[in-house]
Amino acid sequence: MIRQTTIAALVALGLGAGPALAAGGAGYVKDYDFSFEGPFGTFDQMQLQRGLQVYTEICSACHGLKQLYFRNLGDSGGPDLPDDQVRAYAEFYEVPDDSDDAFPGDMRTARPSDKFPEVTAAGAPDLSLMAKARAGFHGPYGLGINQFLKGMGGPEYIASLLTGYTGEEKFEAGTVLYENEAFPGGWISMAPPLYGDDVTFADGTEATIEQQAKDLSAFLMWTAEPKMMARKQMGFSSVILLTLLSVLLYLTNKRLWAPVKRKQA
Amino acid sequence: MSGIPHDHYEPKSGFEKWLHRRLPIASLAYDTLMIPTPKNLNWMWIWGIVLTFCLALQIITGIVLVMHYTPHVDMAFSSVEHIMRNVNGGWAIRYLHMNGASLFFVAVYLHIFRGLYYGSYKAPREVTWIIGMLIYLLMMGTAFMGYVLPWGQMSFWGATVITGLFGAIPGIGEAIQTWLLGGPAVGNATLNRFLSLHYLLPFIIAALVAVHIWAFHTTGNNNPTGVEVRRKSKAEAEKDTLPFWPYFVIKDLFALAVILLVFFAIVGFMPNYLGHPDNYIEADPLVTPAHIVPEWYFLPFYAILRAFDDSVWIVQFAGFITGGIIDAKFFGVLAMFGSILVMALAPWLDTSSVRSGRYRPMFKWWFWLLIVDFMVLMWVGAMPAEGIYPYIALIGSAYWFGYFLVILPLLGVIEKPLPQPATIEEDFNAHYPEKSETAGTTPTPAE
Ligand code: HEC
Ligand code: HEM
Repeated sequence: MIRQTTIAALVALGLGAGPALAAGGAGYVKDYDFSFEGPFGTFDQMQLQRGLQVYTEICSACHGLKQLYFRNLGDSGGPDLPDDQVRAYAEFYEVPDDSDDAFPGDMRTARPSDKFPEVTAAGAPDLSLMAKARAGFHGPYGLGINQFLKGMGGPEYIASLLTGYTGEEKFEAGTVLYENEAFPGGWISMAPPLYGDDVTFADGTEATIEQQAKDLSAFLMWTAEPKMMARKQMGFSSVILLTLLSVLLYLTNKRLWAPVKRKQA
Repeated sequence: MSGIPHDHYEPKSGFEKWLHRRLPIASLAYDTLMIPTPKNLNWMWIWGIVLTFCLALQIITGIVLVMHYTPHVDMAFSSVEHIMRNVNGGWAIRYLHMNGASLFFVAVYLHIFRGLYYGSYKAPREVTWIIGMLIYLLMMGTAFMGYVLPWGQMSFWGATVITGLFGAIPGIGEAIQTWLLGGPAVGNATLNRFLSLHYLLPFIIAALVAVHIWAFHTTGNNNPTGVEVRRKSKAEAEKDTLPFWPYFVIKDLFALAVILLVFFAIVGFMPNYLGHPDNYIEADPLVTPAHIVPEWYFLPFYAILRAFDDSVWIVQFAGFITGGIIDAKFFGVLAMFGSILVMALAPWLDTSSVRSGRYRPMFKWWFWLLIVDFMVLMWVGAMPAEGIYPYIALIGSAYWFGYFLVILPLLGVIEKPLPQPATIEEDFNAHYPEKSETAGTTPTPAE
């Protein structure tokens, strides 16, 4: 009882009231482990490269990554591809030609300085920010505090979505819907994109559905928050510096007030 | 001047004298910094510094954000992502600004409830209180418009819902709404004027903060006993007070450092904790999110807004006597603004001659119930308006109004207050007994 009251009070305090309680009708999200969870977590470069491969070979047919530049694939802390590979990767894509003598509609080969093209044909959402636009976790008790250790559950949601197909289909309002345990509402219009062994990983990792889903989700966490590692580093430096500052100010304050409070300084 | 007697600035060097005759600015700075401050202030008196810090933080980070932000419906969302990805340190600036708004509201709520408990709103500090309420209203306006700028789904739909409130005003509502939005719906014109106002209002807040400080420097600070500083002579005043610098500056800075420790941990490790995932989806006028939830700091008032629907008798009654002019929607809007208005009127609603809640045995209980009420309202504000939640919201709203309109006026009449200390010095000495009493040594005066 007391615990529940405290929790209600904390919820009410607004500690996550907004994000945590707005789930509603959510599906089942499995708590996958990722290397970037928690205050010390970092991206696993090999995993990001595998995820990039899954995205490129499968998802890119329908989904764009429009907030990213091709050059970002060479960012350290990210997939960290060497320059020549980034250039070669960009050359697979075509982007609108923006040179002076081009006609509207002309296309040219992409360069590392270009953004990923938008993909709208299939009516599928852009994936750049997907890992931050979905919350898989709201716990404990809707407080969302476990974000500190696990994150918001965006990548877990995506991985659960990709592995959550039951195989059931139905035809409704002119489209086929596929039953999915993770998707809110239970029926999604995206056909199951993964069947296992959809790609061949260069590092020999076995391409099970789950493995591909996890790698892809990790990659999408990076596309959503490419500066995550710098951010956590800033978190650490500031916590350490502010601890030091607090201690010094505490001692100064104590000393300053001691005579007034008739205590030993 | 009705202020507390204290030392004044004396220009010493030739230049100081020259300047002082032309612009007494050093004198102003000196008097502000050395203001006599009750020496028994507790830790609830630190929020003012935190608030000042927040305002400065929001203005500085905000100005940098504007350098890279594009107020256009097709580009705003991507320009914020551009800040997050491509601007050097842009992610830090943006996350600081985003979470800075939350810290600002944590501080302002604690500051306000501090005032309500210790009776800081009572004479002679009514003007300070009213200005504080104006600052709070402007903060809400500023934060609301700021939240629209990143142009995510919650930005768009929050703006649609909230500006829709003005549409509920009978007769002229729709015209006002169109005028506010710059068109029939939230669009490019809205985004542009919101950026313009979001940039302007913080500077008006800054000006009001200066007046707020001016006002309470004129009356002197309140303190946990609610007993006034003795001010017949400087010697007497000095028994009750200490100069703001260095005693309270250092104390406040220590508190600020601890608060920033928590703040930076949140920005570093869970910066989206208080945000809403839907705001990472670009605004789409054709897709309504499943739940439109305001930012946490609006939730209590959002709950009051939604509490009054057609089934509530007082709404039906209001509709009946006004011939249907006041419908449920308009009633909700009136209730929401009214809930802040009654708080602003607290100085005149509270009839008790005792200032501090410390010496008011009955008041205390009602006060803590108000705090619980506030939290409950915040919690139901995030819940869907269905099932049992509307009833909870209604009870919560009723208590909010009841506290200010019934309980505060009545308590002053029926409550028998506890004895108060005669002076601040007495209260302070009770906490920090003089050595002479305990150890038998002569008390050492402050070094
Ligand atoms: C044949 C085209 C197609 C392919 C290939 C495809 N998707 Fe989708 N995807 C869609 C469509 C269409 C939707 C919108 C579904 C809906 O809202 O019902 C969607 C939606 C999604 C969503 C959002 C679900 C939500 O919560 O709204 C995610 C995440 C997603 N896809 C991930 C992926 C990933 C990862 C891949 C690659 C492994 C992939 N998709 C491959 C068409 C596709
Ligand atoms: C009272 C002080 C202020 C408050 C409470 C406040 C609050 C907010 C909030 C809540 C947001 C949305 C954050 C998000 O979700 O991304 C925002 C965004 C923004 N604010 Fe402020 N702000 C303040 C002062 C300022 C000032 C002074 C400026 C400019 C000089 C400014 C410029 C911006 C810009 C450009 C954005 C959009 C970028 C973004 O979303 O991060 N703000 N503000």
